[in-house]
Amino acid sequence: MSSNSLSFWEDSGNGRTGIMAWLTTTDHKRIGLMYMYVILAMFIAGLCLGLAIRLELIAPGRTIMDAQTYNTVFTLHGVIMIFIVVIPSIPAAIGNLVLPIQLGAEDVAFPRLNLFSWYLYIGGTLLALVSLFTGGGAPDTGWTFYVPFSEFTTTNVSVAVIAVFILGFSSILTGLNFITTIHRLRAPGMTWTKIPLFTWSLYATGWIQVLATPVLGITVLLIFAERVLGVGLFDPNKGGDPILYQHLFWIYSHPAVYIMILPAMGVVSDIIPVFARKPIFGYKTIAFSSLMIAFAGSLVWAHHMFTSGMSDTAVLIFSLLTFVVAIPSAIKVFNWTATLYKGSITVDPPLLYALGFIFLFSVGGLTGLILGSAGTDIHVHDTYFVVSHFHYVIFGGTGFGMFAAAHYWLPKYYGRMYNKTVAKVAFYILFIGFNLLYFPLFIIGLEGMPRRYYDYLPQYQEGHVISTVGSWILAVGVIIMLVNLIRGFTKGEELKGRNPWGAATLEWTIPTPPPLLNFDKEPDTSRKPYDFQGVTPDE
Amino acid sequence: MSENHEHKHHILSIKTAGIILGLLLILTAITVAVSRIDLGFMNVAAALALATTKALLVILFFMHMKYENRFMQAIVFLCFLLLAIFIGMTFFDLAYRGG
Repeated sequence: MSSNSLSFWEDSGNGRTGIMAWLTTTDHKRIGLMYMYVILAMFIAGLCLGLAIRLELIAPGRTIMDAQTYNTVFTLHGVIMIFIVVIPSIPAAIGNLVLPIQLGAEDVAFPRLNLFSWYLYIGGTLLALVSLFTGGGAPDTGWTFYVPFSEFTTTNVSVAVIAVFILGFSSILTGLNFITTIHRLRAPGMTWTKIPLFTWSLYATGWIQVLATPVLGITVLLIFAERVLGVGLFDPNKGGDPILYQHLFWIYSHPAVYIMILPAMGVVSDIIPVFARKPIFGYKTIAFSSLMIAFAGSLVWAHHMFTSGMSDTAVLIFSLLTFVVAIPSAIKVFNWTATLYKGSITVDPPLLYALGFIFLFSVGGLTGLILGSAGTDIHVHDTYFVVSHFHYVIFGGTGFGMFAAAHYWLPKYYGRMYNKTVAKVAFYILFIGFNLLYFPLFIIGLEGMPRRYYDYLPQYQEGHVISTVGSWILAVGVIIMLVNLIRGFTKGEELKGRNPWGAATLEWTIPTPPPLLNFDKEPDTSRKPYDFQGVTPDE
Repeated sequence: MSENHEHKHHILSIKTAGIILGLLLILTAITVAVSRIDLGFMNVAAALALATTKALLVILFFMHMKYENRFMQAIVFLCFLLLAIFIGMTFFDLAYRGG
């Protein structure tokens, strides 16, 4: 272990300065930040597209864009938010920043591969942007690229699917790197039952990334082959089967939901005990439930296809399995609640966002059971009920998890604290805006408003208007939160000590901001990750 | 670090490699021969069985899986198990469609 006093901001480790020091870095912290900056830019782009969708839907008929533009805007919103923002958000950005340090390691197992993953991510993102302005124009298929439409549309689907293929490889390599790091680079004494639960969640996520993402890669290549060569795999006229595409797509894309949500669950598992000043309730159960979610979540993909014409036998089996995956998710929620019970709770911003996660994820999860139930799904399939459920899970879950992680860990890396009062105000605005935006969509969905429609009957307008107003409030909350964070990390109060929250995991035992190789002394792995005896927040 | 980094790489002897190569060529010849006989639906089953056997030989010997530790073998097995589950569960749809 090195004992230098320079932080990773001052010591690039590669002898270069300026932008080149960043572009050629193999330091996991710098790579994590580079992911974060790109994700943030793309999140703002995706948010603006979402606001445009909501504004278009404030009234029936044309409001601000024509139908074709609307199709491309919701496709872009989905592709950007899913493949470029949410999937890499916590694993690649926060995971890179935190995982090696939580294990007591100097870096990830393959630092150069880590940088290569970032370049693949950038390459995929740029190609996705290129697809908007070349060929027949921006794709209009929705983020699912469903056949047969994706085979025949004249828009630029071919380039977009290659972009998704490249982004998938970035995700696979990050997962591989993290799994190897967890197996091989744990500090002496860092046994499996001492690994913090955030890192445990990244371990489960890594396996999904490595095992499921190749299926997506192959599937999007098949679309490319269909469009360019006309192979006929999914074309009934040539003996193909369009439902096979849906199987292949969801074999990846349902586990991908767990790539998105598991790391956020890990964030919450790390934050709750710190602010309740209690060891986590059921450490081993939470760790095991992450693996259970990863496994069981890989076996439920066809619940997206109940109305596709799939066999009734498959509907029955996949509906049953969907209910199974609710069990480990519920275990986590009960354990978090039990950890808070009789805790000495400090309501700081990271805890608020974590609590927001629990509430919103619970709503999203329970409404998922309505969709997983074959009978009720017939009624609400492809309606706004699905849109609302999905946003409660992904934005309410992963989004709020990411916000919680940013408020919890980033002060450590920037060495400065944001304004906590403003962070709390931003949370409440966000929370109110979020529910105003998405809850009415449950209701109009139940009433029959189909998803992805450009126009609608006047009876749904009330719900759409409330939802659009909610989107403005949500946007205000996001802006206040981001400005507060950016201002805090550039001009905020400097952190004096190493441990502002009084946490017990290893990242809080190292200097602030961390040095290039993380540890200025041998990491002390004798303490369990949620044993707070004798640990107090540094003023 | 907590796990043992010491790991000896097994070097496949020329003799063993030659035997496996010979087996693969024989199996390829059998694959071609079987494809010329009309066995009905068993043609597909035979071709898949032969291809699986050949892949197994390559994984075990040329990719050294036979000489890896149990953990590594378990991980590779898990990958194939998942692939089998993915394909198998898709047949809950295909095999019962229209029934």
